[in-house]
Amino acid sequence: MSTFSELMNRNRTARARQRKTTNALMLGLTALLTLLALVPLFWIIGYVILRGGKAINLDFFIHMPTPMGVAGGGVLSAIEGSLVVTLLAAIFAIPPGVLAAFYAARYPNTPLGVALRFSTDVLAGIPSIVVGLFAYIVLVVPTKHYSGLAGGAALAVLMLPTIIRTTEEMLKLVPHTLREASLGLGASEWKTSLSVLFPAAMNGIVTGFLLALARAAGETAPLLMTALGNERFDIGQIITSGVQGHQSVFTIIGRIINQPVDTLPLALWKYAQQPYPERVELAWAVALVLMLFVLIINVSARVWIQTRARKMKG
Amino acid sequence: MLKSSQSVMKPIWQVRLRRALHYGDRPWQVLLIAISAIVIVLMLAVGGLLWVRSAGARSAFGWSFLTPTANPNWDPVNDKFQAWPFLYGTLETSLFAILLALPIGIGIAIFLAEISPAWLRTPLTWLVELLAAIPSVVYGLWGIFVFLPKVVAPIGVFLGDTIGKVSVLGDLFTGPIPASGSSRLAASLILTIMIIPTIAAVTRDVFLAIPNSQREAAKALGATEWETIWQVLIPYGRSGILGAVILGLGRALGETMAVTMVIGNSIQGGISLLDPGYSMASIIANEFAEAVSQLHTDALIEIGLILFIITLLLNILARFLVWRVARQAPQEARS
Repeated sequence: MSTFSELMNRNRTARARQRKTTNALMLGLTALLTLLALVPLFWIIGYVILRGGKAINLDFFIHMPTPMGVAGGGVLSAIEGSLVVTLLAAIFAIPPGVLAAFYAARYPNTPLGVALRFSTDVLAGIPSIVVGLFAYIVLVVPTKHYSGLAGGAALAVLMLPTIIRTTEEMLKLVPHTLREASLGLGASEWKTSLSVLFPAAMNGIVTGFLLALARAAGETAPLLMTALGNERFDIGQIITSGVQGHQSVFTIIGRIINQPVDTLPLALWKYAQQPYPERVELAWAVALVLMLFVLIINVSARVWIQTRARKMKG
Repeated sequence: MLKSSQSVMKPIWQVRLRRALHYGDRPWQVLLIAISAIVIVLMLAVGGLLWVRSAGARSAFGWSFLTPTANPNWDPVNDKFQAWPFLYGTLETSLFAILLALPIGIGIAIFLAEISPAWLRTPLTWLVELLAAIPSVVYGLWGIFVFLPKVVAPIGVFLGDTIGKVSVLGDLFTGPIPASGSSRLAASLILTIMIIPTIAAVTRDVFLAIPNSQREAAKALGATEWETIWQVLIPYGRSGILGAVILGLGRALGETMAVTMVIGNSIQGGISLLDPGYSMASIIANEFAEAVSQLHTDALIEIGLILFIITLLLNILARFLVWRVARQAPQEARS
């Protein structure tokens, strides 16, 4: 006669086995899901390198685009445009971003500080295309023409929250003792901020800039209605004609930033939709350059930030 | 003595000015406050200007701009605009993407925060976050030439043949999917890949913020690792995970280039995921620079305004939820 307790025991071991199996299955599943998410990453990177690597050559970097349907040519105009727009964005975004971060790090709990951090969060969440509309309203409508300037401003708005946040984080990592020592020696608040706190947090802040720049350099949507695109954008030609015409430096810079420009992401977007195979090949080459640029900056910035943070904490 | 008599002789404002400039604290503070105020004004200006600039469209169409219709009207030539198909396209693709990305993202977060060996943790976290760093146009290009034919089209055909035949649910999966694969389904799947890093990163932070005492208590009661995660940690971090979902949704709603390149850009089309469609961001991307009339521009700006309002509300909600979790577990956080 199999006793009641025997039955209970058998039941109990069965239940325990089942729980163990569920445990192993579900934990394995999470590992599997992590692998699953990495499949598209390696697929994209690998495919872009293979396909873009075939299409890329020296012409790509040093020649202007050829007319549609004609093979060869490069994307010099887009490279120049990307540099102009990203540089403008950095000029517009970095100084105010750093100063706002000083405020946010120093007075996080004043009403203005709370409002500032909230605004930063909201700005970070606004879709990039909406920021493009904003820049269009502010800069394209009054001047009545699309321009690299408007594109740079749009990217600056996108960069601003990243810069404020990373700078704030880095400033907070600087040990309190440093600031107190400086104030104790009689240095004023601004002197302490600029010549003690800022240098101490410098490395982290610069990596923050780089991350923001990498993101901005890959943005397309806000440029559609600001920088617009311009395959004949040619800085070299503008400068030579300006110098020959004895124009001042400011006039030349004004001419460079006041006209529509092409950028690498804009070029990619246009080429990908054209029916000419050589244009599509060019698009893959652009994708390769863009992706490598962004990935290299990203990885090196993260490595750098990690080691700095560890050093500061320790 | 001498100093004080000097300062009496000079007008008081001059002394103050010199002192302020010498130490420089007052101007420095004013500068910081001014810049911070500018950032706040900038945020307000985005919403305000979109509101002002869309006045034409708002007064011309009122709420009929947004209400659901069976045969939507988007006719730039005759100045008739209704945004329903774009709203619908954005919502359907984003919600479907969330539905797929949520379990994957949570799974990744569990693996990264609870299970993974320590040496693997940092590199894996970085790799997952790299997914978010790849530019959106590159996703789009890969989407058109690789993802659509190799993955989306077969999945679409399969879904149309199976779920598409079921009575009610099938309306969302009525085939056939276009041969190229361009469809709302394609947009959803690309969005899924793009928001996984967001959901995974935020959820992982939520797990890391849960105090160890919770894990220890569950294990002391004899729970397995999985039971600890499923019955203790996930309920504990519920509102934080909800915050992650909302942040991911915010990203999905505003994503432009990749969606525009794979969604098919068709204003007609039923409610099925397998039909080509349009999203709010992609109609702006496609038509804004070539808008034919002032009203056309206004209508597109109004779509931008709606997008801004939705993401603003979502962001506020998400911050609130994440903040609540952070407040719940102030000490004892693992790192």
